[in-house]
This record gives sequence, structure tokens and C-alpha cells, in this order.
Amino acid sequence: MTTVSMTVNGKAVSADIEPRTLLVQFLRENLRLTGTHVGCDTSQCGACVVHLDGQAVKSCTVLALSCDGATVGTIEGLASDGALHPMQEAFREHHGLQCGFCTPGMIMSAVDIVARCGHHLDEQTIREELEGNICRCTGYHNIVKAIAAGAEAMGASSPMQHAAE
Amino acid sequence: MNATGIGAAVRRKEDQRFITGKGQYTDDVNRAGQAYAAFVRSPHAHAEIRGIDTSAALAMPGVIAVLTGADLAADKIGGLICGWMIHSKDGSPMKAGAHPALAQGKVRYVGDHVAVVIAETALQARDAAEAVSVDYNVLPAVVDPAKVKGATAVHDVAPDNTVFSWQLGDKAGTDAAFASAAHVTRLDFINNRLVPNAIEPRAAVGDYDAGTDSFTLYTTSQNPHVARLVLSAFIGIAPENKLRVIAPDVGGGFGSKIFIYAEETVCVWAAKRVGRPVKWTADRTEAFLADAHGRDHVTRAELALDAKGKMLGLRVHTIANLGAYLSTFSSSVPTYLYAPLLSGQYDIPAIYAEVDGVYTNTAPVDAYRGAGRPEATFVVERLVEVAAREIGSDPVAFRKKNFVSKFPHQTPVIMNYDVGNYPAAMDKALELADYKGFARRKRESAKAGKLRGLGFSAYIEACGIAPSQAVGSLGAGVGLWESAEVRVNPTGSVEVLTGSHSHGQGHETTFAQLVSDRLGIGIDQVSVVHGDTDKVQFGMGTYGSRSGAVGMSAIVKALDKVIAKGRKVAAYVLEAAESDIEFKDGRFTVAGTDKGLAFGEVALQAYIAHKFSGQELEPGLKEGAFYDPTNFTFPAGVHICELEIDPDTGVARIDRWTAVDDFGTVINPMIVEGQVHGGIAQGVGQALLEGAHYDDEGQLVTASFMDYAMPRAGDLPSYTVGMTVTPCPSNPLGIKGCGEAGAIAAPPAVINAITDALGHEHVAMPATSQEIWRALQRMPTQMAAE
Ligand code: FES
Ligand code: FES
Repeated sequence: MTTVSMTVNGKAVSADIEPRTLLVQFLRENLRLTGTHVGCDTSQCGACVVHLDGQAVKSCTVLALSCDGATVGTIEGLASDGALHPMQEAFREHHGLQCGFCTPGMIMSAVDIVARCGHHLDEQTIREELEGNICRCTGYHNIVKAIAAGAEAMGASSPMQHAAE
Repeated sequence: MNATGIGAAVRRKEDQRFITGKGQYTDDVNRAGQAYAAFVRSPHAHAEIRGIDTSAALAMPGVIAVLTGADLAADKIGGLICGWMIHSKDGSPMKAGAHPALAQGKVRYVGDHVAVVIAETALQARDAAEAVSVDYNVLPAVVDPAKVKGATAVHDVAPDNTVFSWQLGDKAGTDAAFASAAHVTRLDFINNRLVPNAIEPRAAVGDYDAGTDSFTLYTTSQNPHVARLVLSAFIGIAPENKLRVIAPDVGGGFGSKIFIYAEETVCVWAAKRVGRPVKWTADRTEAFLADAHGRDHVTRAELALDAKGKMLGLRVHTIANLGAYLSTFSSSVPTYLYAPLLSGQYDIPAIYAEVDGVYTNTAPVDAYRGAGRPEATFVVERLVEVAAREIGSDPVAFRKKNFVSKFPHQTPVIMNYDVGNYPAAMDKALELADYKGFARRKRESAKAGKLRGLGFSAYIEACGIAPSQAVGSLGAGVGLWESAEVRVNPTGSVEVLTGSHSHGQGHETTFAQLVSDRLGIGIDQVSVVHGDTDKVQFGMGTYGSRSGAVGMSAIVKALDKVIAKGRKVAAYVLEAAESDIEFKDGRFTVAGTDKGLAFGEVALQAYIAHKFSGQELEPGLKEGAFYDPTNFTFPAGVHICELEIDPDTGVARIDRWTAVDDFGTVINPMIVEGQVHGGIAQGVGQALLEGAHYDDEGQLVTASFMDYAMPRAGDLPSYTVGMTVTPCPSNPLGIKGCGEAGAIAAPPAVINAITDALGHEHVAMPATSQEIWRALQRMPTQMAAE
């Protein structure tokens, strides 16, 4: 057992874990943050995407110990003060989810896509950027629409961040 | 129209929890003191088990128990069952081999369950599972469904590996039609084997309460009541009243979570054995190995035409791979869910189908989105397209000439089509697809060195999977009605308890819309309860696109009873004759007056019961109903795929997808369109990308997302979706069902488009770039002509 400490959704957390514990196991089993999902064992599906020091990572492919001292954001931390994040809102508005299992990873990836590619995303960019996220339910049509709309809404709601890009 | 009623594109109520990470899926359930299960799985496709040595595993850290088939047998736990009896041509019943939840003496496919390790943590259980030593005597494996005869028997009860040799239709009449035909089109093809791959892997948590001697099972199920019935009546875990099955949020099913599997059986049984809750969650590799797969048919099909291009007869022979064991509904899929759809949208006077269901040393095969109907549609729509090309007819004109045009229409293969308008859907699809502009687009592609093709699929399916008497006469072991209970609270809010199960379909929204529409209250005042056998009395679950047509009809019946009782209550309160009470827009009124009560006021009066005596009327407002339809429903439509092939690489890129579907009444068009999108993606996946492959030794060589190509966003286009509406006459709402249409329609549309682009017919599914490139190499002259 080894001690690991990190900041998750703004809260300092610490636990004794087996060194082979994956970040996703740490989040789900130790912290009971079950919004982050596991859909595969080969780093392909993206159901497990979280933000690690501001970047999207597949938490099934990161050792929890390697995150010692890091800042982690999960789907549970995306809404602030009870208000949904614009990307969450866009997924609901555009019916970008059915069973909801891929959804946390999709939304966390989408927020990261906007951070990297900006607020005006065309369909092809979104489809290419979603390479690492698999959805079996929606056929992607509405996910693509949701991400485009969510990206625009993020731009509108945070002009400062937009200007900084 | 009520803003949250039938026909409104209401945003989903369930989304709040899913977009904030608050969904409760089975793997999110944790019971105090739970232990974890890991399964020891067979590495061989076929072997005798000479012995199992558990001593090393038992000595590993954290291990609580290692259990085998012998322990199951000692506890008199029965095997898994197949719930649909099929009789062969000679009248003999199908040959069902035993299917123990943990192997008894033999393993029959890679991934078959040999033993279970239960430990303090999931990782300890896995480590110890690797330490269980099994002495195998490896036997020859049979993998190819077309080569089962003469191979080593998978089950002793079926020495030739044939489970049944079944037929449907009039053989002599069909042979006569072929004898008189002016033209016969023949096709041989394989309907490729698929893995359902819901993104949530299967999981189970079994719990036992010694104080009440009762069990609780949390499981990823599409039909928790049927799971309880089977676990109780056949497998013998506990009486139904001592077994609660909960299917909480379920992350997609597509058929694969209908079935009762070994893992949940073992978890709930082992919970009592070890005195601890037992949890198991599949990893993706286990899902590939041990979830029931779909499709896997080897088919020869022939279509007979007269000199004028009218269809005379259809003859089909299919070998259906059922895998190593008969899964829960496996026998019904390639028989009664398949052959009765072989008439498609066409008036075909004579049809004869033969289906051989066979055992192989591969994972069990059962219903996967569409279940039998995609296979039938592939037969019909490929034959029709090729026949049109062979006789030099326009594929649209040829289809229209042969469409069923009078309803009801009795086909030669059981089905009685109640209503439809097939040319209307075709015309609308042609318009939405800009069919007129196709020739120009094809020329433009050619100038750029690309091959453009267009393919049609005019599909029909049968949904609802009912009525019970009919399915009973065809061999079903259960009735296929649905139940509902409507509980009105004293303040007028409503709980609907339904036997349908939602795993992505949005029932919490659409069922609330129905209640809102009928009772004139907002959807926020309606809660939908499902997926828990302690809350909902019974239900048949969700599959076969039946929740709208059957599940919602049961709710309508219960709502009608609620309104009838409300009318009685209102009559007492308003001091009027019951026959004078009208109910409209959420108000009970005395006809011809302005005297009235809101629905909520009547609910309160029903509970306080001050205005009537208990002898006159029972207090309260709660009604239940069971609904059994009068027929299947018949959604139908036309999908058009237009794609472009790069001859240098063989890559096919779908440029346009047009879908026009007739689902009857639509409750929520946003949700229905979403179902169509998802279905198309799975159908395109089958046509272009997905294929489960076993090598000759029976090793699944496509057992991860790195080896099995799931459709990703970049593989698919946006879709143009349109609708036509002919309301279904066999249920009160006129609903036909929409959940499987895309997966049924899409594969032949894609292959018809590819073969149109290439100008020859021999392309197998999945039509990967390699497959298309090879097809191009076989036809060098064609390219030169372009
Ligand atoms: S669970 Fe991490 S990519 Fe699939
Ligand atoms: S919504 Fe079900 S997997 Fe994406």
C-alpha cells in the first residue's frame, strides 16, 4: 500500500492504495465518484475520460500513483453552484445521449476539444476529434450537434477565456 | 396539442442524472461487506475437464471461496434454459444440450465458465482465478456452421450438431413457382457474426439476507421479471417471493441483456454460500467472449420472376449458428423472428424457407438489435436489388411494381400486414435523398476518380412480439403482454409502474408524456417506475421494439380505468349523474354547465372519501392493467445509402443517408429520431466494419475494441430522417415501434450502394476497405471504363 494525494473536483483527497490501482479505480472505488465509467480494457472507448491538470486523459490508462499532487476534474465537478456546464446543457438540449453510459466521457472529451480547437467547430473536426470515444446508442448524429452547440455556448458564456485562446 | 403531450419533442427527464454523473448503473451499486467474483474461463473451444485443482487459489491473499460446477450441483442449482421450443420438419423437438452455469465435465467454447473465485477485492479475485489449475483433455472444435456434420459433437444429444431442421411455407407451391419462372435470381452470402457491445459491460451484485431468507440481485437486465422467473422456476435459486431482481440504470442492451446468463446466476447463488454480497463486473474481453453474439447465418436465397418482372416465389435455405449452448431466446431468432419476414414489402405468392440451427464451439448466439429481421431484410433487399439489375429494371420501379398495395395482406409466411403505404415512403425518400441529382453527383465523383453508388432498402419488420396466444402456438414459453399500474397520489401527482424497461429509450419521458396527454397534467407531476420486481408486479421487459406498442398500451388501459373511477368520484362531489360527467383537458365537468373539478381535486376527493360511502365506492385512485395486443405491428420504410468509393484504397465513405420510416403514431419525435440514428449506425457497422472471427481452433481473434471495429463518429455521416404515418390498428395509440428499424434497414442499403458503385455483386460483409479493394482487383476492366 502506498499513499496518494491529489485534488479532485477542488477537494484535497488522500488514500492508501495498491500501487497498481488505476486512476479510474481510485475515483470509482476509493472516492465513490461513479460518474466516470469503464467501457473497455484497451483504452479505446473513452467512457473513462477525466481532466488531469486541465487535459483530457483516459483514466483507465493512468496509474493513480502517477497523479500524486495533480488536479483531477470529473463529470461530477463540471456543474458549478448548481448550474449545468454549457456542454452538459447542450447534450440534453440536442438529445446527445440515450443510455447515458458513454456520456460523462463524451462531455469531458467535448470540453477538452473546445479548449484545444476553439468555439467554432465544424462537423468534420468534431467527428475526427471523437476518435477516442465510442457510443453504441446515438449513432453520433446528436452528439456532434450537441458538441457544436455546446462549444458556441461556452464561447458566449466565457468571453474572457475565448479571448485568451 | 398539449406542450408535454403526445407528439411533442420534450427534452428527456432522465438526462439530468446522466449528464451530471449521477446515474446508478449496476457497477455503481455497492453493498456493505461485498466480496468480488472473478470467473475462471475456458481457454479451449472444446475440452473435457479431467480435474480442477483449487488449492493454490484458495491459499492466495483475500480469497474467500473457489466454487465449481460440483458445488452448484450439490446445491441443486439447475442449468440455464432456452425458452422457445422449435420443432423440426419431422416433428421432433429441438435438441437442447444441458447448459450449466459452471461447467460439468466439459467446456464448449473459449470463455465458457469453469469456476468462480470470490475474494475481498476484485484484483485479488482475478489474481486467484489465474491460479486455479484445470486439467483439460482438448477435443477437436467445430467453428464453421457450414461444416458441422461429421465434426465432433458439441452435445451428445445432437450427434450431428444439428439442433433443429425447421421449415416454414409451402415447399411444393414454391417449387412450382420456380419451375414456371422466366427469371431466377440466386445469391449466396454470409450474414456476419456481430458482438452487441453495449458500452456498459454486464454486471451483477448478488445479496442474501439470512434474516428473511431472501435474495436480491442487481443486474444489467432488459427484463428483470423474466430474469426472476427463470432464476426461480427453472434454475431454483429461490421462490419468486424470496427473490428481488433490480435492473437499475442500464447502459444499453440491444438484446444482449435480455438473456439470463451464468454470471448473475452464480453471483446470487454464491452470496448465500459465502454469506456476503458478491459483485462481478465484466471487462470488455469477457463481454466479447461470453455475451451472446448476433446474426451468423449462411444463406442461399432465390427469387423467381415472371416475364413481366412480377415476383412469383422466394426460396431460402439458412444455416444458423447457435453457438455452443442455446441461449434464452436463441431458437426463436433464426426461425419465427426471421422467416415470417421474408415477404418483405412485397406481394410474393409462394415462399419456402428451411433453417438448420447448428451447434458450434463458439459463444452462444441470440437476439441482437433486430433479431432475425435484419437477416430477413438482407435476404429480401439484396435479392430484389440484384434481380432488378439482372432484368434491366429500375430498382425503384421494380420494387413499386411488386409492393403490397392492399391491406390487410396475408403473406404465405404467417404474417398478416395490417396497414401501410409503401410507395409513399419510397417517394418521400427519393425526394429527401435528391435522387434526381444522383446521376450528376456520380459524374462529378467519376471526374475526381471516385466511384459513387446508391442503394435502397425497403424494409418491413414485425414488432411488439405479441399476442400471447399467437406466440404460444409458435413455441414461446411465455406470454408476451405487458402490465402497468397507475397510482394517483392524493395531491394529484402520478406514479406509473411499468413492466417495460428503459436502457436508453427514454421511457421516463415518453411514458410521462402519455400520462400528461391523457390526464392533462404536466410531465413533472408524473414519475415512471421500472426495473424492480419489488415495485412493479410483473412485466415482460423491453426488446423487439415493444415498449411503445405494448407497454404504453397497458398504461392507456390503466389510465382509462383511472378516468372512469375519477368520473364516479366527480359525480358524487358535483352531485350529478355519472353519465353527465365529462373529462377533458384535465377537468371533470358536468356536461352543459360550468361546474367542474380539476384532476387533482378529484384525486383528493377519492382519498378523503367524504362524499361517498365505502359501500358505494372504494376510496383511493389506483388502477392496473395487463395488455395483450391483437397482432404484431409492422413498421416499414425506405432507407437510401449514397456513398463514394476511393478505388485506390477501397475506402467507402457514406455521403448521404436518407431514412423514411412509418412507425405509426410518434410520441416524441426527438427520441424516435435518436432511435433511428442509433439503429443506422449499428447497421452500417455490420455492413462496413464489424465482424466477429474465430480461428480454426475456436479462438475469438476479435475480442477487443482494437480488433473488432466499432463504428466511430468519423465512420458515419449525419442522417436525413423523415416519416410517413399510417397508425397501427392493433393498439389504442396506433404505435408500431421504432427501436430496431435502422439496424434492420441499413445493411442491404450499404451493400446495394457498394455493388452499384462497383458494378458487380460479390462483396461480403463487413465490406471493409480491404474487401472492397480486393473486389476491385477482381474486375480491372470495369475501372478502365469509368
Ligand atoms: S475505459 Fe478507458 S478507454 Fe475504455
Ligand atoms: S448513450 Fe449509450 S453508449 Fe452512448
